[in-house]
Amino acid sequence: MMLKLTRQIETDIRKAGADAYPNECCGILFGSEDGDDHIVKSLKPIENARESGEQYHRFLITAEDMMQAELEARRLGLEIIGFYHSHPDHPAKPSDYDREHALPFYSYIILRVAEGKPELMTSWRLQLSREAFDSELFEIEP
Amino acid sequence: MSVTILIPTALRSFVDRKSDIEVEGSTVGETLGNLAAQYPDLKHQIYEDDVKLRGFVNVFVDGTNIKKLNGLDTKVAQGATIMLVPAIAGGC
Repeated sequence: MMLKLTRQIETDIRKAGADAYPNECCGILFGSEDGDDHIVKSLKPIENARESGEQYHRFLITAEDMMQAELEARRLGLEIIGFYHSHPDHPAKPSDYDREHALPFYSYIILRVAEGKPELMTSWRLQLSREAFDSELFEIEP
Repeated sequence: MSVTILIPTALRSFVDRKSDIEVEGSTVGETLGNLAAQYPDLKHQIYEDDVKLRGFVNVFVDGTNIKKLNGLDTKVAQGATIMLVPAIAGGC
């Protein structure tokens, strides 16, 4: 179980986290499956739909944005394989809130942004039991 | 009436890895009920009970959220496309 992405995609997620600080950024991972691995081919940045006063610790992707993204992925011959979001001034670990709102299968990238600077980036997949996340390794190509 | 249901990646493991499934039905509720009857594992994922969908499941008919239509009673035409779309949220 691994998440494969390019250095450019990693850079783009880090920049999105820094740009959104002190709020959370969010977006969708387009890609494909390779056995148990997920391969990220491109990002679809999404405007955080939570109320502005809540965006420092919450993100929301609306059903309409998800529907459009699903159609776009199909047009590109890709799949939605996961999501990314930032944790401003919080660890790059899933919160209880993340777990309550996550779905198995998807890869969830979390980027810690501390005082505006992107730091540790991690990825997770929710167990089928929904009780916990498993950490997912990265493979970053140059 | 035959309707196409588009399955999001997170739910495909419950429908033999299919991305699109043809199902008969005249309303959204009837169509999804027929889908759930074909794939009982999927039923547990998307239904809270026999009639109510789980909160994270959004349903679109030909691009319109059924919340703006008649919910599960929304009628579907021959050849319509139903999309199951998960709600996505999180935070620290």
